[in-house]
Amino acid sequence: MTLERWLVLSAVLFTIGLYGALTKRHAVAVLMAIEIMFGAVNIAALAMSRYVVPFALRANAADVEGVASLVLTGQVFAVFIITIAAAEVALGLALVIAIYRSRETVDVTRVNLMKR
Amino acid sequence: MGATIPEAAAWAILFSPLASFLFIALVVRPFLNRRYARLAGYVTVLAVGAALALSLWAAASTLRQGGPVGFAPHRWLTLGELEFRVGVLLDPLTAVMLVVVTGVSLMVQVYSQGYMRGDPGYARYFAFMSLFTASMVGIVLARSILQLYVFWELVGLCSYLLIGFWGDRPAAAAAAKKAFLVTRLGDVGFLLAILYLFSQRAVFLERGLNPLEIPDIHEVAALAKAGAVGGLAITWLALGIFAGAAGKSAQFPLHTWLPDAMEGPTPVSALIHAATMVAAGVFLVARLYPVFEASQDALVVVALVGGFTALFAATMGLVMDDIKRVMAYSTVSQLGYMMLALGIGAPRLAIFHLGMHAFFKALLFLGAGSVNHATGTFDLRSMGGLRRRMPWTYGTFLVAALSLAGVFPLAGFWSKDVILGAAWSSGEPVAPWVFWMVMVTVALTAFYIFRVFFMAFHGASRGSQAEASHGAGGHGGGPHESPAVMVLPMVALAVPAVAAGYVANPLSALGPVGAHWLNEFMASLGGEVAEPDVALAIASQVAALTGIAVAALLYQARARWLAPMGRGLAPLGRLLSRRYYLDELYEGITVGRLFYRGMARFTDWVDREVVDRTVDGIGWLGRNLGRSLLPLQNGQVQVYGVVISFGVLAIVGAYLLLR
Repeated sequence: MTLERWLVLSAVLFTIGLYGALTKRHAVAVLMAIEIMFGAVNIAALAMSRYVVPFALRANAADVEGVASLVLTGQVFAVFIITIAAAEVALGLALVIAIYRSRETVDVTRVNLMKR
Repeated sequence: MGATIPEAAAWAILFSPLASFLFIALVVRPFLNRRYARLAGYVTVLAVGAALALSLWAAASTLRQGGPVGFAPHRWLTLGELEFRVGVLLDPLTAVMLVVVTGVSLMVQVYSQGYMRGDPGYARYFAFMSLFTASMVGIVLARSILQLYVFWELVGLCSYLLIGFWGDRPAAAAAAKKAFLVTRLGDVGFLLAILYLFSQRAVFLERGLNPLEIPDIHEVAALAKAGAVGGLAITWLALGIFAGAAGKSAQFPLHTWLPDAMEGPTPVSALIHAATMVAAGVFLVARLYPVFEASQDALVVVALVGGFTALFAATMGLVMDDIKRVMAYSTVSQLGYMMLALGIGAPRLAIFHLGMHAFFKALLFLGAGSVNHATGTFDLRSMGGLRRRMPWTYGTFLVAALSLAGVFPLAGFWSKDVILGAAWSSGEPVAPWVFWMVMVTVALTAFYIFRVFFMAFHGASRGSQAEASHGAGGHGGGPHESPAVMVLPMVALAVPAVAAGYVANPLSALGPVGAHWLNEFMASLGGEVAEPDVALAIASQVAALTGIAVAALLYQARARWLAPMGRGLAPLGRLLSRRYYLDELYEGITVGRLFYRGMARFTDWVDREVVDRTVDGIGWLGRNLGRSLLPLQNGQVQVYGVVISFGVLAIVGAYLLLR
C-alpha cells in the first residue's frame, strides 16, 4: 500500500459521507454519514503519520524530539477525532430526540427554522 | 466750495444715502417704527440732500479742473498678477450724472413724504429708496467695472424690492419678478463681457494696465480702434455690454418689464424712470463709450435698437388708458433717443438728453402721482376736469408735457433737437433711417402726452368712481390739490424742466454760461456735436405741434368729423393696446410654449425617463438580484451544505489552477 491509495480511500469515504450527509432526509442517517466522514479524516491523518514522517526522519535524523512529535501528531489527532465524534454523536442524537419531541419528525428537510 | 473735492467727500456721496439705508433698516424699523416712522423720511431727505450738496461740489471741482479729478484707486484684493481695485472715477460724465441722480432723488424723497404718508411700510419704503439712490450713485462713481457691476446688480435688486413694494398685490409681485428676470437676461451679456475682459487680461497686463479698470479699458479700446491690439473681439464685448444696458434701459426686445413696473408706488416709478434704474443703461454705454467707438458694428446695433425702440414704444404709448403706462412707454421711447444718440456717435447728447429727460419725466410722474393722490385712480377714462381742482399739478404737468414734446424753448426741445440734428448730419449709413424714426416719434410723443393732458385735466369730470373712493379716504369734497410737500418738489422740478436746456447753450453765450457749455464740459466723452440747424428745429416744432393739435382735436374739441377715421384705425389701436402682442409672444410662446412645453417638458422627460429610471433601476436591480437568490435561503441545512461544498471545491480548484 502506498500513501496515495490510503488518501484515495480517505477521499472516497469522505465523498460518500458528504453525499450522505447532504442527501439523506433521516436525521440519524445524516449523523451516520457524518461518522463516515470522520472515519475518512482519521484514515488520512493516520496515513500521513505513517508515510510522511519517515521522509522527515531521513532528511533530519539529528532532530529526534521534533521527529517524535511529528510521528505522534497524526495519531493523537485520530484519537481526538474519535473522542469528539463519540461526543458529537451523543449530542446529535440528543438533538434528534429533542427535534422529534417538538416536531414529531426527524426529516431534516422539514426542519427549516434557519429560514426565519 | 472753493477747494477741490477731497476723495473722502466723493465717497460720502455714496455713503450718505447708504448710511441712511442702514440707519433706517437697523434702527428706525426695528425700534421706532410704531411711533416715529416719519423719522425714516427725514433721514432719507437729509442724506440725499447731503449727497446732492456734495455732488454739486464734485461737479464744481471737475468744472474747475476742466476734466477728471484724479483719485488713486485702492487695492481690494489680488488674484495672481491681477489686482482688483476700487476707486472713485470723477470725470465730467460722473459729475453730470451725480447732480441729476441726487437732484431728482431728493425731489422724489421730499414728494414721497406726502405721497407715502400713512403707508404701513413707510420706513421700509425709505430704506429701499435710500439704498436705491446709493446704488445708482455707486454705479456712477465706480472706477472698476467690477465695482460698477456690484452696484448695477444692487440697482436691480432695489428695483425689485420697490416695484414689488406692495407685494401683497399679485400684480405687483408679478411685475417685480418680471423686472428682475428681464433685466437679468440682459445682465448675462454684461457679465459675459466682464468675464471676457478678464480672460483677455494678458492684453492689458503686458501694457501695465488693468482689464477691470474703466480708464484702462478706454485706453485699450482706443488701441483696438487703431488696430494696435489684436485678439480682442471688441464688437462682442460692446454688444455684451449693450445687452446689459438694453435690459436696464428697457430697449426693444427687453422693454416689457418697464410698463409693468408701474405697479410700484408712483414716486418709485419717477425715480426709476428719471434718474436711477433706466438711466444706468445709457450711462453704462456712455461710460464705456470708447469700446463702442472701436466697433462700428456695435454702434450700428445701438443706433438701430435705439431708433426702433423710440418709435415702437411711442406707438404703444398712444393708446394706453393707464396714465402711468403712457409714461412708461414714453420713458422707453425717450431712452431710445438716448441710445440712438450713443449709436450715431454723440454720447454727450445722450447724457444731455438723459439729464433733461430726468427732470421732466420725474415731474410727469410726480404729477401723475399727484393726480392719483387726488382721484385714487390711474385710469385716464375716469379722470377729467382736474384743471380747476389741481392748479399746481396742472401747471407743472403742462410744463413737463411741453418739455417732453420738445416744444421750443423748453429743456426737452434743446436736448431732443440736438439728437435730431446729430442724426441728420451724421455720416453713419443708418443715420437717415433712425432720423426718420425719431422724427415720427416727435409727433407721436407730442400726441400721446397731450392726450393724457387733455383727458386728465380738461373736459368734464368722469370720475364718479374716483370721488367715491376718495370720499372713503375721509377728505371729502372731491379731488383737490395735493399737500405742499408734494407740490413743492414738482415746482422745483419744473424749473429745470423749463430752463435746464440752456446749460447746453447751443446758440450763444448766455451770461456766465458759454456757448456749448455742457458739450465742452463733457468733451472727454468723445464723439462729435453738430451745430444746431434752424430748419431742422422748425421741422421738429411742426411735428410736435401737429401732434399736440391732433390730441387737442380728438380729446379737447372732440371733433366729430374725426370719428370715422378713428373707427378705421380701430384694428391698429387694438394691436397697439395689446402692445403688439409682445407680452403674449414672450409669455405665451417663449415662456409658455418654448420654455414650459419645450425646454421644461424635455428636462422633465429627462428627469423622469433618464434620471428617475436610472435611480429606480439601481434599486430594482438590488431588489431583484436579491430575489433571484432568495430561494437559496430556504432554511435547509443540507442545501447550505451543498453550496458550501461546491464553494470549497471552487476555491480549492481555483487555487490549484492559479497556483
